[in-house]
Order: sequence, then C-alpha cells, then structure tokens
Amino acid sequence: MAEQNKVILYGTWTSPYVKRVELALKVKGIRYEYVEEDLRNKSPLLLTFNPIHKKVPVLVHNGKAIVESLVIIEYIDETWKTGPQLLPEDPYKRSQIRFWASYMQQVSEAMVLVIKTIGEAQEKAIKEVSEKVKLLEAGLKGLFPDGIPSVHEYSKNVTLLDLVILAHFGGYEAQEEVLGLKLIDSEKTPLVVSCITALIEIPAVKESLNPLEKVVAFLKFFRENALKSATA
Amino acid sequence: MAQVTLLGAWPSPFVYRVIWALKLKGVDYEYVEEDILYNKSERLLKYNPVHKMVPVLVHAGKPIAESAVILEYIEETWPQNPLLPKDPHGRALARFWTKFGEDKNPALFGFLRTEGEQQVKATKEGQEQLRILEEQGLGDKKFFGGDEIGMADLEFGWLAWWLEVWSEITGVTLIEAESFPRLHAWIQRFKEFPTIKETLPDRSAMLTHYKDRRATFLALAKS
Repeated sequence: MAEQNKVILYGTWTSPYVKRVELALKVKGIRYEYVEEDLRNKSPLLLTFNPIHKKVPVLVHNGKAIVESLVIIEYIDETWKTGPQLLPEDPYKRSQIRFWASYMQQVSEAMVLVIKTIGEAQEKAIKEVSEKVKLLEAGLKGLFPDGIPSVHEYSKNVTLLDLVILAHFGGYEAQEEVLGLKLIDSEKTPLVVSCITALIEIPAVKESLNPLEKVVAFLKFFRENALKSATA
Repeated sequence: MAQVTLLGAWPSPFVYRVIWALKLKGVDYEYVEEDILYNKSERLLKYNPVHKMVPVLVHAGKPIAESAVILEYIEETWPQNPLLPKDPHGRALARFWTKFGEDKNPALFGFLRTEGEQQVKATKEGQEQLRILEEQGLGDKKFFGGDEIGMADLEFGWLAWWLEVWSEITGVTLIEAESFPRLHAWIQRFKEFPTIKETLPDRSAMLTHYKDRRATFLALAKS
C-alpha cells in the first residue's frame, strides 16, 4: 500500500517501556522518527498526544496517537504485516504471551525497587524479584517446552513477550555492575538468560542496544539520586 | 465443543466482566464458585499459581487468568458479537481504556475502604478519574464501544451496578447525574441492556456482602 506512513515514537532512552516499542518497530523493519523527551520538561507535542497520562512511550501514526506500550505493540502487529508476527495465531498461545507480558510490569517494579534501596529494604526487594523471576522462568518453560530455539529460528518467531523481557533484562550486565549482584543468571533462570542471549544476536535488536558504559552511568546516577531523596 | 469452565467468586466485578462476555457471545460454560477469601481450592492454585485469584477461564483443560487477558481470548475464540472494532486504531483505543480501568479502578474503589478525611480524599481522587472517563473515554458515544457494548464497557460495567450499592452503604455518591451526565446516561443504558440486566448480582445480597467487607477493611486499617 503506497499510503503515507509517518511513524513517530516519543520516548526516553532510559525507559524499558519505550524500549519495548522500539524493539517492536525495529524487529518488524518499520521506519520511524524518534523524539527524545525530557521528562522534567515535557514537550507540548507529548502533552497533546498523551494528555491523560503525559507519559512515554507514545506512538503517532499518520497523526493519530497510541499510548500504553503493550497496546502500541499490538497496534503495530495488527497494522504492519512485515517481519515476525509478534502475537502467534493460536488464541491460547496469545493469552499466555499477554499474561506474561503484563506480569513483567510487576517484575519491573520490583527490579526498580532493588536499584532504589539499600539494606533491609533492598534485601526484601531482591527476594521479591527472585520469586517473580522464578515464576517467569516457569512461564517460559510452558511456552518453550523444547528450550529456546536457535537464533535463526528465533528471529522469525520473536514474540511480544520476548521483546518485553529483553527491554527489561537486556541491560542485566549493567545492573550487575552497579548493584554487585545478579538478578538473573544461567543457573537459576536459564530460559530467561538464553532468551536474551539469542535475541541480542538478531541484527535489528543488536543495533538498538545501548552501550554498557552509558547504561552503567545512568543506573549509578539513578540509584544515587534515589538514595539521596530517601534519606533527605 | 470443548468444555468451558469459569472459576469465580460472587460478586466480584472482575468475574462478572467475564460472565458478561460469555453471555453476550452465547457461549455455554460451567460456573464454579471459589471461596477466595477463606479457602482457596487446590484447583484454583493449580490453574492460577501466579496470582491465586479469580476469574480463571478453563477451556479444553487449559487455564487463562487475568480478566483482560481472558476477554481477549474470548473475543478471539468466539468472534460473534464482537467486543472490539475491526480497525487497529479503534482496537488500540478500546484496549487503552481497558488498561485505564485496570490501573484506576483501585482509586475508584477507594471510598468503600476508607472513612473520614481519607474517604473525602479517595472520593475526590475517584471523581478526577471519572471526569477523564466522562469527557475523553465515553464522550458523546452511546457505549464506550460505540453503538454496541465493547470491551471497555465491560471494564467499567461495575460502575452501573456495584457503585449504587456502595453508595447506599457509605452515603457517598461518586456519580451525580448533574456532574456526570454522560456517565449517568451510560449507566442507565448499560444496566438495562437485556443480556446485562439478566446477569447482575442480587442487590440485597450485595448490600450484606459489602457491608461486611467494608467493616473488615476499616478494621484492618485501624490495626
């Protein structure tokens, strides 16, 4: 279809919710313009396109705004038939992918707590992440009973859930460096780790990863800030 | 047709959402009541190990949890009387409002669980969300879904029945006809819709149930 297909993504490079959408666009080979927002100084356009939540990500397609990362990704999957189908045909498989993708919000919130706290509060947050990731691992086992496929196969069958997991855990090395502990590892969460390792090899994904030093610097800053405000 | 079973707990609005979807589409199902407060069954823990909550839909032996996920599954498996429009943007809007409900419904429930100053605050917060719903979610449409009941209508269906009961118990009215004319009109349309009208929990039984629940919430808050 030769229609005007203007796609703009409003985001911030540090947000895993934005990353989810970015990965979806890249994996499906969709051309888009990216606009980096300063959340302390939101642009008038962002406020116009997302007046209700005033948050990123916002996808604007031919002038119409779509918000909420998972809603955006389903919209992308329904609108562009290029690249992998991010939700498979089978309704049951779709339901499992949606369930776990939605669950990742809870996992993510627990992970953020680990970064923002120390001492007993952090111990509690770490325990929570550990429990939740264990459940995620079990969920992945249900979706991949024969283990994670080869990179070549995976790149044709990437799903919405894979992108969400990558968006939140893709920076795990940076997290390890800043926190001095592992939230995921190949012993306790082998499927989560193999999922990320395989996905990172997909060219479209590889080029969207942020450099390690940049993420480390940001996480350090984020953590210091959080600890400062906690004691202030 | 493969067996459809719904694990639920009366009078959960999350469960009723699923019941409405099944009834609107004419899907036969077996309903199983779970004692969600005091005695969760082995079956529930097996079918929803992550959240241990209802509703859970079991179709051909396979469980699906989370009402929003269940509704999408029902829509895809039984496409008659669709709950989502065909165009991707319309679908995205329906899903946006459904998520809005998931995120904001706790704020809307707040006034049932609080008293005094906290309740005043909760009521105000709830009404802020309702203002957004009234003006941007519903607007001038007949239903959230347009001319027909859609997914977002089911998400907010509880406003059409549960809210009245809670108002009677607390003396707090969240939706006054003068301040929320569109929502008020929608409420009348929704609860009068034939399939919905025959599928609403008994009002006096709800009064007893929620009076009890409110007492429990308030006691917990004090402890």
